[in-house]
Amino acid sequence: MLTTKQFVLGVIAAALLLPPWAAAKKLSIVTATTDMAALTQEVGGDRISVDAIAKGYQDPHFVEAKPSFLLKLRQADLLIVVGLQLEIGWLPPLITQSGNPRIQVGAAGYLDASQFAEILEIPQGVVTRAMGDVHPLGNPHYWLDPDNGRRVAKGIAAKLGELDPPDSSYFQERFQDFDKRVSAAEQKWDAEMAPYRGRKVVTYHNSFTNFAKHFHLDVIGYVEPRPGIPPTPSHTLDLIGLMKRENCKLVLVEPYFDLKTPNSIGSATGAKVLVYLPSVGGEKQVTNYFELFDYDIDLLKKGFQ
Amino acid sequence: MKKAVIAVTVLCWVPLWGQQANAPDLAAQNTALEQRVRDLEERLIAVEGKIRMLQSTQAPAQPAAEAQPAASAAEPVPPAQPQVPVEPAATSPIQGQSPVVNTGGNLPNYGGASSAAKALNPDISVIGDFIGAAGNSNVPPLATQQPFPSLQMHESELGAQAIIDPYARGDFFISFGEEGVNLEEGYITFTALPAGFVAKVGKMRSAFGKVNMMHNHVLPWVDRPLVTTNLVGGEDGIDDAGFSLERILPAPKGIFLEATGQVFRGDSGDVFRAESRSDVSTVDHLRGYKDITESTNLDLGFSYARGHNDATLSDGSFGEFVTQLFGIDATVRWKPLRRSIYHSFVGRGEFIWSQREQLPSDQHAFGFYTSGDYQFGRRWFAGARFDYSDRSRYGNLTDKGVAATLTYWPSEFSQVRGEYRFTHYAENRDSHEVFMQLIFSLGAHGAHPF
Repeated sequence: MLTTKQFVLGVIAAALLLPPWAAAKKLSIVTATTDMAALTQEVGGDRISVDAIAKGYQDPHFVEAKPSFLLKLRQADLLIVVGLQLEIGWLPPLITQSGNPRIQVGAAGYLDASQFAEILEIPQGVVTRAMGDVHPLGNPHYWLDPDNGRRVAKGIAAKLGELDPPDSSYFQERFQDFDKRVSAAEQKWDAEMAPYRGRKVVTYHNSFTNFAKHFHLDVIGYVEPRPGIPPTPSHTLDLIGLMKRENCKLVLVEPYFDLKTPNSIGSATGAKVLVYLPSVGGEKQVTNYFELFDYDIDLLKKGFQ
Repeated sequence: MKKAVIAVTVLCWVPLWGQQANAPDLAAQNTALEQRVRDLEERLIAVEGKIRMLQSTQAPAQPAAEAQPAASAAEPVPPAQPQVPVEPAATSPIQGQSPVVNTGGNLPNYGGASSAAKALNPDISVIGDFIGAAGNSNVPPLATQQPFPSLQMHESELGAQAIIDPYARGDFFISFGEEGVNLEEGYITFTALPAGFVAKVGKMRSAFGKVNMMHNHVLPWVDRPLVTTNLVGGEDGIDDAGFSLERILPAPKGIFLEATGQVFRGDSGDVFRAESRSDVSTVDHLRGYKDITESTNLDLGFSYARGHNDATLSDGSFGEFVTQLFGIDATVRWKPLRRSIYHSFVGRGEFIWSQREQLPSDQHAFGFYTSGDYQFGRRWFAGARFDYSDRSRYGNLTDKGVAATLTYWPSEFSQVRGEYRFTHYAENRDSHEVFMQLIFSLGAHGAHPF
């Protein structure tokens, strides 16, 4: 039988045999989603390596907490999460099991990116589950506004500089450069979207709010009766009526939802049904933050024409 | 005088110069003003963010320098001020600790809205498990199966979970039957140990295989497999007070290897029984996991448990008899990421060998179950299970069975399940039973490990 002494000695021996994290030259960063990884890559350049847990075409609310993610997390110097409880169903057990003190909630290597962004739809008053999977802290799909992308990138650059002080000016320079490129791209995007100002759209899930605000679109309804609740026949009928009254001709669907209900809404109302990308990596050709907006704006232009 | 003239001249020219400048400068001024508004907007958003973070971490008035235990429902966030420590282990105790309100697994939950009001409370959840049964159970006297009554509030599980300090978190699961109360699990997990170790101390479900770790509400069935009831202590299983140490082991790229070692007092249902302080039991588990593709993965485990049992000598006193259990578990999962909320498949199997020392002769028993569960809609699951198991005390008696389940989720927070079960007992008795189960969950219940 294992005695206490043997046990303690075993632990100490193991701790000595397996040296703790070697001070890595490159910061190793894990992000919850591909969008955070894309922004981190913009400001981190070649001084970091970054990996995302959820894929761009995956519903970020429902990711399986696979042990293979632990292999990334145990080595990470920094974990960047979207926050606002988006990852609440799968990330906490991964953090606990990672055995990595640096990325525990509240440690220096844990960064909640939502603190930098403009958050919309923060519920007022009492939140109950009768409202569906409503996020009590506000809509977590905030990265779909380029201004928020800039704010988050700035926050990440500051955090990278904090973890790697010698490279902090490098990260700041990269951020300045990103800022310039986003501003230029924004001018182009705003101009492209200007003719469609005030157009009405319906989305499957409530993930389009920040995009709609930035580009002045009007989201009049959702295919889901409540966030996270699958479509019901009565809600679908109501939505069809609403779209006809409001003359809404576009239904946007996230790549991870079934197209059956949106298609029947489309044929009942004459609206186009398009799969838009809420995240980088949703399609193979969309590999960075800029291409995400290029793709979606192209899609919307085609949809509105 | 001369000075005055110059002054007047200058004064006269100033407005003129100002007027000249005005026209072309208007645009520039506007731009400057717009820029200022934008800057203010940015500052406002930054301040809002900081307030959100502070609200979710809610520093207690005192002791100011101590880490505050979890706030409530909020996502955790380090305060926005620069954190000096760069050293990995230097988790400053001043930083706000936050709540890991985890949810997910089978029945995910979200915390409430008023995070400030509940700032220091743990996440509290209650999960109700109601079971109705029909058909003949026909359980022979020597069998281990516990028949379900016709209608039963089988279990109400109260969970309280919070981050304790920057180095640990605590989880309590108290299960209320219709009559008694039982501490199902209550342990502290040390998450900030050096060299990647994670330690737990308290009472916990041991890491013997898969089903033994599962709470009732995450099982893919209403009941537990025959091999669990016959060889591993049934519903409570190997659930004991002690400590556990786990670590991810170095392995070839892409393979996840984890070893767990546990030492318990040695009292677990009818499996282990400690007569003296030296009768501690141990459970060891080695787990290997690999992603075959992004949708498919394979999970393999090897378990070993050893402890003293309740076999008696001829004079009625407890002998130094030992039970050893060996287990292999295998799980195949498939879940296409693009349609992950609609379709999935889980195939499981556990194979367990038991060696029980007792008089007049040691008993060797073997048992297994295999099962498959397919999700064919966003809310619908169908499954089947095959059971085969000897009994640990009577190695020559073998029970067999099959079961089929159909599960529906009205939402992520409730679940309705029907199960048909056929059992053929070693005594040549058959039973046909139908179960209906309703599981419902309140509050913020932590996600269970994958």
